[in-house]
Amino acid sequence: MNPFKRFTGTVAPLDRSNVDTDAIIPKQFLKSIKRTGFGPNLFDEWRYLDRGEPGVECSNRPLNPEFVLNAPRYQGAQILLTRDNFGCGSSREHAPWALDDYGFRVIIAPGFADIFFNNCFKNGLLPIVLSTEIVDRLFQQAAGERALELTVDLQAQSIILPNGEGIGFEVGEFRKHCLLNGLDDIELTLQHVDAIKSYEAARQQQAPWLFS
Amino acid sequence: MKTLYDKLWEAHIVRSEADGTSLLYIDRHLVHEVTSPQAFEGLRLAERRPWRTEANLATPDHNVPTQNRDEGIVDPIARLQVETLGKNCREFGITEFEMDDIRQGIVHVVGPEEGATLPGMTLVCGDSHTATHGALGALAFGIGTSEVEHVLATQCLIQKKSKSMLIKIEGKLGDGVDAKDLVLAVIGKIGTAGGTGYAIEFAGEAIRNLSIEGRMTVCNMTIEAGARVGLVAVDETTIEYVKGRPYAPEGEIWDQAVAAWRDLHSDEGAHFDRVVTLDASQIQPQMTWGTSPEMVVPVTGVVPDPAQEPDPAKADGMRRALEYMGLEAGTPCSEIRPDVVFIGSCTNSRIEDLRDAAAIAKGRKVAKSIKQALVVPGSGLVKQQAEEEGLDKIFIQAGFEWRDPGCSMCLAMNADRLEPGERCASTSNRNFEGRQGAGGRTHLVGPAMAAAAAVTGHFVDVRSL
Repeated sequence: MNPFKRFTGTVAPLDRSNVDTDAIIPKQFLKSIKRTGFGPNLFDEWRYLDRGEPGVECSNRPLNPEFVLNAPRYQGAQILLTRDNFGCGSSREHAPWALDDYGFRVIIAPGFADIFFNNCFKNGLLPIVLSTEIVDRLFQQAAGERALELTVDLQAQSIILPNGEGIGFEVGEFRKHCLLNGLDDIELTLQHVDAIKSYEAARQQQAPWLFS
Repeated sequence: MKTLYDKLWEAHIVRSEADGTSLLYIDRHLVHEVTSPQAFEGLRLAERRPWRTEANLATPDHNVPTQNRDEGIVDPIARLQVETLGKNCREFGITEFEMDDIRQGIVHVVGPEEGATLPGMTLVCGDSHTATHGALGALAFGIGTSEVEHVLATQCLIQKKSKSMLIKIEGKLGDGVDAKDLVLAVIGKIGTAGGTGYAIEFAGEAIRNLSIEGRMTVCNMTIEAGARVGLVAVDETTIEYVKGRPYAPEGEIWDQAVAAWRDLHSDEGAHFDRVVTLDASQIQPQMTWGTSPEMVVPVTGVVPDPAQEPDPAKADGMRRALEYMGLEAGTPCSEIRPDVVFIGSCTNSRIEDLRDAAAIAKGRKVAKSIKQALVVPGSGLVKQQAEEEGLDKIFIQAGFEWRDPGCSMCLAMNADRLEPGERCASTSNRNFEGRQGAGGRTHLVGPAMAAAAAVTGHFVDVRSL
């Protein structure tokens, strides 16, 4: 995983609540045995006018002009601004893979579904929870004459608006450390092999039926 | 004084970080074809082996065909994924119930059925409906593929403890009201994000009176209320259910296990961060009308009007849902006519569900307006038992199709799917846009209600048949 560095990016506003992972990446693309290449099918049913199938080249498919990500001003957006309970539903990690592959690095919402939230951190994506009031304000600014650009500074736990105003956000210390340093969870856990083995030995004594 | 969740959590901590992030030991890992290939590939690239091979149990379910199995899987991409699961299980020595094995089925039906899910376990699977197993007093939750790899490699997961919620269902459910109605009513009350950040324990007389199958239906849908974990305390019903199953302990170890399991309940007076109480006797048969499981009404009611919704964001979501569903506010539920009926999924494909549906289908015929009515048992063993009881004949005589086990039309990864605009009475768990096929319209109901919609051609209060 690449370390998460401070960056400035364009905000794409997706004004819907309860965006589920079926909408983020529809089921037919889950048949892939790879973890890359999902970006062109991100939000497939909303983004294109025809029906998407795995293995079909997307560059010639008819785009839905009504869908926000298709607007020219949001091309290359790295920050997705959305509403409450983003990522609800299925645990498919294909959802953060698709968002990442598309080019998003940060998602801002008043709330996220638990499994999706967790999956983001495993893929270097930063989900940021902000109050409904602040999210409302960002939506207004994103709808302005020019697309909104924000700077995201994870180290300082701050989002910086174009006028220099900073908005703080919360992130778990451990997750922050892992993101900033691009650490792999499995490597970290395997530093504790002895602890796992001693837990296992004690547990086997206590609850042998779990080890038969 | 501890909650059941506290007890399960504490018993599995290997170590903790200063901020409370814990390394949690995982007793059982269920594996299917969709969320595992990238995890096995990760293991191979890092030259790792599974930490404890026998803790894993695999079966293909999402992609498998539910008919003409002897022809194999026609879709080459789906076939490759199912074959990849087989190849990975063989390479790493993991037990797999393959497509031609009578024990194959939906992971969340197979685990409990085999006794591979035991009270007091931590159990994970790369599938959000893993909360199902909490019905047996196991701490069970869905994970993503990175975590699937993490469990394979280390037998642990890095987790933060959730807040706790107690949902108490007092009193008794009325006749013709089932576990699905109960959980839909709960979701209608707390909302689809109401459980986010919580582990939910279900308790109260109505829960105690449910069979394990019914409790599984309830826990299965906790994720639809936003919670990863759903739990029910262990009681005699749990112990009776587990006894004698292939993976369950025997003899002296069985007695030892039962003694430990008897402590798997929340202590009297234990603190919950939130408590919600519902009166079971007030719960009516439910059906969803919209595109989120919280968009639910009693079948005796009407499609709600966004104009009556004070929250503008919610009203907007309701309008969008009405448009997608092709419905008008104020329409009585009984005037909504499905094109397709689907009885199956990890929510409602166990023997009891099939019995409930068959009791309605018996001696009746699927209405002519119904294009397709599918019954998809949750596992090969459920199918076998249903056939022993003659349920297959009841369904077939009524005009239902009797299929082979798998996830099928719940998420439509195989050939079982809705066409654009088709409306479905479905016993599954999600009514999201496109969930059962692009443009498909899903109404979630319990198995008896689905069968009732099939034989009358419209949604109907099953109690009136």
